[in-house]
Amino acid sequence: MATVSFKDATRVYPGADHPAVDKLNLEIGDGEFMVLVGPSGCGKSTSLRMLAGLEEVNAGAIWIGDRNVTDLPPKDRDIAMVFQNYALYPHMTVGDNMGFALKMAGVPKTERDQRVMEAAHLLGLESFLSRKPKALSGGQRQRVAMGRAIVRQPQVFLMDEPLSNLDAKLRVSTRTQIAALQTRLGVTTVYVTHDQVEAMTMGDRVAVMKDGVLQQCDSPLTLYDKPENIFVAGFIGSPAMNLISGNVNENGVVVGDWTVPVERSVLAKASGEDTLTIGIRPEDLELADHGIAVDVAVVEELGADAYTYGTLSGLSEDEKLSAPQIVARLRGRTPPERGTTVRFAAGEGHTLHVFSNKTGDRLS
Amino acid sequence: MPRILSAKPDSRLIPLPWQTPLAQWPEDHLVALPRGISRHVVRFIKVGNDVYAAKEVIETAAVHEYRMLQDLAREDTPAVEPLAVITDRRSVDGEPLDPVVITRHLDFSLPYRSLFSQGVRPDTVNRLLDAMVVLLARLHLIGFLWLDVSLSNILFRRDAGEFAAYLVDAETAEWHEELSEGQREHDLMIATTNLFGEFSDLEAGQLLDESLDPLVLVDTITSRYRDLWAELTGVEEFAGTELDRIESRVRRLNALGFDVAELDITTSADGSRVRIQPKVVDAGHHTRRLLRLTGLDVEENQARRLLNDLDTFRFRTNQQGVDEALVAHQWLTQSFEPVVTAVPAHLRGKRDAAQIFHEVLDYRWYASQRENRDVPLIDATHGYVRDVLEGLPDEAMNSRPLSEGSRQLANPFDPSQGYLDEDGAMPDDPWELEAEDVPEPTGVLDIAALRRGKG
Repeated sequence: MATVSFKDATRVYPGADHPAVDKLNLEIGDGEFMVLVGPSGCGKSTSLRMLAGLEEVNAGAIWIGDRNVTDLPPKDRDIAMVFQNYALYPHMTVGDNMGFALKMAGVPKTERDQRVMEAAHLLGLESFLSRKPKALSGGQRQRVAMGRAIVRQPQVFLMDEPLSNLDAKLRVSTRTQIAALQTRLGVTTVYVTHDQVEAMTMGDRVAVMKDGVLQQCDSPLTLYDKPENIFVAGFIGSPAMNLISGNVNENGVVVGDWTVPVERSVLAKASGEDTLTIGIRPEDLELADHGIAVDVAVVEELGADAYTYGTLSGLSEDEKLSAPQIVARLRGRTPPERGTTVRFAAGEGHTLHVFSNKTGDRLS
Repeated sequence: MPRILSAKPDSRLIPLPWQTPLAQWPEDHLVALPRGISRHVVRFIKVGNDVYAAKEVIETAAVHEYRMLQDLAREDTPAVEPLAVITDRRSVDGEPLDPVVITRHLDFSLPYRSLFSQGVRPDTVNRLLDAMVVLLARLHLIGFLWLDVSLSNILFRRDAGEFAAYLVDAETAEWHEELSEGQREHDLMIATTNLFGEFSDLEAGQLLDESLDPLVLVDTITSRYRDLWAELTGVEEFAGTELDRIESRVRRLNALGFDVAELDITTSADGSRVRIQPKVVDAGHHTRRLLRLTGLDVEENQARRLLNDLDTFRFRTNQQGVDEALVAHQWLTQSFEPVVTAVPAHLRGKRDAAQIFHEVLDYRWYASQRENRDVPLIDATHGYVRDVLEGLPDEAMNSRPLSEGSRQLANPFDPSQGYLDEDGAMPDDPWELEAEDVPEPTGVLDIAALRRGKG
């Protein structure tokens, strides 16, 4: 087991204007489950591949434990990649399907058997070991693939969207199982996904990337409760945080005919800015007599909650098309009807996020 | 209504039962052809008189694979031909179904499992590996990172005494401007691991000759790949007095089947040292030459063999000074075509024309040795048809029943499902039972649950 450190690690593709990964600094603790997340092209997969040795590091360094692995070939890094693609061999037992790479590496049979047995125990596959894999389900096949990586006993597991081939329901159960398994194994794991719900439910910490730059790396709850900039605020959370830009006055930020109150000390941090962006999570909005006026376009009931989707009131039909959608999650009460205009305010004790429009950084 | 994404629309695809999961398609749409094992549902389907391969896979993978295969076709790299992606499928009950990628069945192709199930000589295995290594190097030269190199993802075609390898599965592949050393090594590592697994599997099924060791076989792949890569791309430095080494390098690459489109040559200021490095090499040296001379489009080693015969023809007919294209035309009409037309039509599905010609040349050589005379080509053709071709299985559409050794497949259309003689019901799985309780995901982040869990 080991720590992993990216130290100003940079990858520039030949002929590209911008680095695919720009001076990434990330310290991953021993045994930690780190998830890299971000939109397509953000550099998360490239970062993982730099760690794996599949992408050249043009500047900076990567360390695994006390070894600088920046220039080591992949096979000398003591890592195991878990792929979405894996084949199960029909003539071989499930046990042999898990342990065959050890045989290739020259590990003696007794040790191989022991490691396979341990991995099978962790994966709930013990009773399948002597079976042929023909009747295994998609999830069981995925676990055999995990088993192949586990038996290698690497210092670090690398997983690049390992669940993307599974259907939605199986993904949900498998991600819970992988996270629990990682906790039991205690092996440092770097996991890449584009799915922020997956990132938030699996990671000890989550690193959010955009355009090759690390935006924030924190625990899922800190990312959710205290996003450091507008991008993280909008990316983390589903449905996304409402982000509304408005003019500043001495009491707060003007949204439509309402001034959202913002503390003076926060406004003071952006003394040169005429406009600021406020952010409110859908569940932090409540129906109120005074507040942001919203024309309700869609109401969706999900279990005990109702989601209302709408736009700021008073906009023309054209403006509505490009206006940001305002989403509220209302619990345990009769939701407003579509087509009506309602007012929302941040409920008692709920967080209002304030961001600079100049830098995108958090002010509150 | 299903949508069909295709560069060459084929209206015969429209009435197929897209509302049915591929695994449940009625048998009258299916053909049981040998093929590799796969993670997804794959079936060969009949469309008019054609046979297509259909693979059911999630949408992003389906479209990605279709585009990758299209790009490979543009680069003239041996791969199966993509025909269409069927998306927006729904079952009769309105449930969404995964898209299907359609590729054309590669005529005269031999999946490795069907080769091995008939028993394979040890040297044949090495030829298969050579073909695979050439394919991998060709892909790497054009910046194609496969990430799933395996025998199951390759189809082989006979190529004179050798084999030619075709890529079948490009789901995981990526294009890069140029591959780094680490990327190529990684692909090679995947190749060795997958092939070790596949050879071990054949061994477990008693389909691998006892003299062959999976470990030795995969070591061979690594060393052959590295040798080939060094020859294709390596820097060579020598004294300014040894300029013939430039020509030697080009000839060696030609012999391997590659043309040098761009060679970087630098010399030291005083001319005492020369450094060369091939910058652009294209596969298909002999194929292209034969195509230019005769219009025949064949595999690389077949082309080499045919070109050798063309040279012999030129010598025999004493036309060394005559324009090569003229002689090639004579050879085509006086040698090649008479052999091909002498093969009865009902036997032409056993080998492609160039392969038959190659095998007739071999047959004639042995017959001439045996009879101590120069056996005429047309006599050799009749002898070959009688003694050899009649007894060969049909390979155009390789339709022998799918069995491996004495074992019978559980599903004749899907070798991934194992064999009939295997043990019964699977034991209960604690993880699967737990998964049954998972509610249908909504895509909404349940932050309250997260707070409870991490709190």
